Amino acid sequence: MSQEASRFEAPTEVDGAVALLAAEDGARVLAGGTDLLVQMRLGAGAPPVFVDVKRIPRLMATQLDATGLVIGAGVPAAEIFENESIKGLWPGVAEATDLIGSTQVQGRATWTGNLCNASPAADSVPALIACGAVAVIAGPKGEREVAVENFTTGPGQTVLERGELVVEFKLAAPAPHSADAYLRLIPRTEMDIAVVGAGVQLTLDDGGVVQQARVVLGAVAPTALLVEDAGAALVGTRLEDAALNAAAAAASAAANPIADKRGTVEYRKKIAGVLTKRAAKIAYERAQAR
Amino acid sequence: MAKIRVEATINGEEVEFLCVGQESLLEALRDGLGMTGTKEGCTTGDCGACSIVLDGRLVPSCLVLAAEADGRTVETIEGVAEGTKLTPVQQQFLEHGALQCGVCTPGFIVAAEKLLETNPDPTEEEARYYLAGNLCRCTGYDKIIKAVLEAAAVMRETRA
Repeated sequence: MSQEASRFEAPTEVDGAVALLAAEDGARVLAGGTDLLVQMRLGAGAPPVFVDVKRIPRLMATQLDATGLVIGAGVPAAEIFENESIKGLWPGVAEATDLIGSTQVQGRATWTGNLCNASPAADSVPALIACGAVAVIAGPKGEREVAVENFTTGPGQTVLERGELVVEFKLAAPAPHSADAYLRLIPRTEMDIAVVGAGVQLTLDDGGVVQQARVVLGAVAPTALLVEDAGAALVGTRLEDAALNAAAAAASAAANPIADKRGTVEYRKKIAGVLTKRAAKIAYERAQAR
Repeated sequence: MAKIRVEATINGEEVEFLCVGQESLLEALRDGLGMTGTKEGCTTGDCGACSIVLDGRLVPSCLVLAAEADGRTVETIEGVAEGTKLTPVQQQFLEHGALQCGVCTPGFIVAAEKLLETNPDPTEEEARYYLAGNLCRCTGYDKIIKAVLEAAAVMRETRA
């Protein structure tokens, strides 16, 4: 990290961004800047070059059709949350997106930044994983797709290699009788970091029996956790108490949190189960209404 | 290293300025352009004092690089009043005494104007959530919220 003046580049094509990122050690993608610029102010130093990706049309585009959503990596949270179609199809993802920071921060912050910053407590990440979101990555060797649950490898660490950047997310349209929900616990009502987050997506049959369930926890492990046992506990049920309790127990068992001033290990494990149940109930009601 | 030349529309005027790559738009406004109405609080996007509107969207100017503003439209507190004529939001801040030290006030005004542009009849809860990213250490917020809701009522009457 240099104390010299940083360069500022604003390529208009993905290839240009890839070339800039590949060419220089420490080159950084600038989307919303709500993590990058904060880290810089907190002493990380300025990168030698900022690569502003918001002039690349593909990264600012939103395409929604019967097959699903393809959304550019530079689209800010506020634009996503204002999109009534996205809110209607993926209410849990929208809820999680609306929990990121203040109105001002949402005017800048992106799903991409939330994912690439790789904080275990990122709110949009468990919700995106619950819905099976895929990140499209461009790099010197071309493009590849990575399921969001496989993107983060540890706190602050991702699968991105030199020269690579996320260019868009893909979300498949929900199947009939499918819906998602996201809940997080914070010690106050707004503007805080998740103590625990839980995203759930359920698919029901015509009789209201759960056919597929994805349960994802945030803030209770080095990365967001897709808890397959918790999902399996809900499949074949109508969310009777026994099924909910089994899912909660699986979620609590999978949680591997740290203790800090916002919550002890025991508390976070317990809350992982509680939020799993509550989010599952909300997702179930929504799925029944479809 | 050569400075970066930026052309932006600020409060309706075409403005040119020079900046370095890591300079924030907040720094460019205050230090380069002498527009000190926009305040510096935390510089990490937490306090809302530096709120501006960039291409129609409310953002913290401390988390925008000055170079990003090239070709963009910027609206700051200096562009809110029409000359000496205050807007209803500004007038109600005065009438409610919704400020003490005043450092948070420009950010609150810019944010409240945006809120009422998008939601002319907010509930108290909606106003409090929308403005949750604007911190005030003096007033306890009550007078600010009352001023915003009253301004909304005045604006609705004026339009009616």
